[in-house]
Amino acid sequence: MRKTPLYEAHLRHGGRLVEFAGYALPLQYTSILEEHLAVRREAGLFDVSHMGEFWVRGKEALAFLQWATANDAGKLKVGRAQYSMLPNERGGVVDDIYLYRLGEEEYLMVVNAANIAKDLAHLQALAKGFRVELEDASERTALLALQGPKAASLLQGLTDQDLSQKRKNDVFRARVAGRPALLARTGYTGEDGFELFLAPEDAEPVFLALVEAGARPAGLGARDSLRLEAGFPLYGHELTEETNPLCTPWAWVVKLDKDFLGKEAMRARACRERLVGLILEAGIPREGYRVLSGGRPVGRVTSGGYSPLLEKGIALAYVEEGAEGPFAVEVRGRAVPAALSPLPFVPLK
Amino acid sequence: MDIPKDRFYTKTHEWALPEGDTVLVGITDYAQDALGDVVYVELPEVGRRVEKGEAVAVVESVKTASDIYAPVAGEIVEVNLALEKTPELINQDPYGEGWIFRLKPQDMADLDALLDAGGYQAVLESEA
Repeated sequence: MRKTPLYEAHLRHGGRLVEFAGYALPLQYTSILEEHLAVRREAGLFDVSHMGEFWVRGKEALAFLQWATANDAGKLKVGRAQYSMLPNERGGVVDDIYLYRLGEEEYLMVVNAANIAKDLAHLQALAKGFRVELEDASERTALLALQGPKAASLLQGLTDQDLSQKRKNDVFRARVAGRPALLARTGYTGEDGFELFLAPEDAEPVFLALVEAGARPAGLGARDSLRLEAGFPLYGHELTEETNPLCTPWAWVVKLDKDFLGKEAMRARACRERLVGLILEAGIPREGYRVLSGGRPVGRVTSGGYSPLLEKGIALAYVEEGAEGPFAVEVRGRAVPAALSPLPFVPLK
Repeated sequence: MDIPKDRFYTKTHEWALPEGDTVLVGITDYAQDALGDVVYVELPEVGRRVEKGEAVAVVESVKTASDIYAPVAGEIVEVNLALEKTPELINQDPYGEGWIFRLKPQDMADLDALLDAGGYQAVLESEA
């Protein structure tokens, strides 16, 4: 198992390490519930150094990204970021990503840890036709996510930049606890917050300074329950090589008024199923559980778990296009009534 | 990990506390700690007859679902309804308020086949 630069710090803070995408990362420190609620009410701090970072530079960086990503990278001004996807030629999804524009011809792409090798090979093949340099900086980049309503005030005390002037999806250079960092007002929890790109040797001092200032260390368990409650997709679950993103709640990411790899295939594919949010009357839905309508299986849960805010089991599930409710989820042989929910499951700022 | 000496244990991390001609059943401190925050408990029906080792309840934590097995054969005579509203009792007091069900064993002598505190301690050490 690989270690992130914060491995020792996790152990010292009582982190229970598990393997995730080949890395030893904390599932939790004290309690997934407490860490989840700390992020919703105050501020939590995640080590997401396992994520991949690719730099894209060159005269044709934008042209390349327009072809390789589904959102409109042309709308990105320097210092701004957007959620996007890497489409495949069949109209499916290679990965979902975040794209940051740092300079006129300089972009940073953050990709899922489990997909680093796959994405890199895919992008390298696509890059052949463009005057562009692709650099995998994953190994030498640490990434922290400080998330929650108190994230900005907490971070303000440790940085030289005026955070009140920074909007959601802004990205900028700053010093944090005296160390150079790239800061972005982005995250994966549905809360306000920042992501901090750091040199590996700066990760631990910055982590400790943020904890000292009041951020609560939070693990992968809370990261997953927070993103689920916020109704965000997780690659490999809601999005796969076979998923047509136009048939998902994240169809807004795909900009059909520009050209990109697989656009025609994507457009030509009919939607056979749609993604819904479900709130269970009782019990906890888990990935793979069947969704029923009138006693007939019409779909499956792709992500399930417990919502600490609703105090109920919630799920993201694909159901057949045209399947009508009322729905139920089969939990250990029992059909548990499940109400359709808009996404996010809980009101978020 | 706390392992009270007043009761019996299973290799699957249940405890069984004899009370008259019944036994109270719950999960151990080790089990609740490994599961993490318990958020839902599926309780058995009162009156159900169960075999030794039969899955009779389910404890769900934020991260996973875990079957709870009958330590001996018998009949379920009571369930801890407090767990419906406050499943976290299993985390807070696994050997007391967090009990799950009460079983009337077919034969109280069946309990002798279970582990004592020392035997359960040895199981934990072999798993570590």
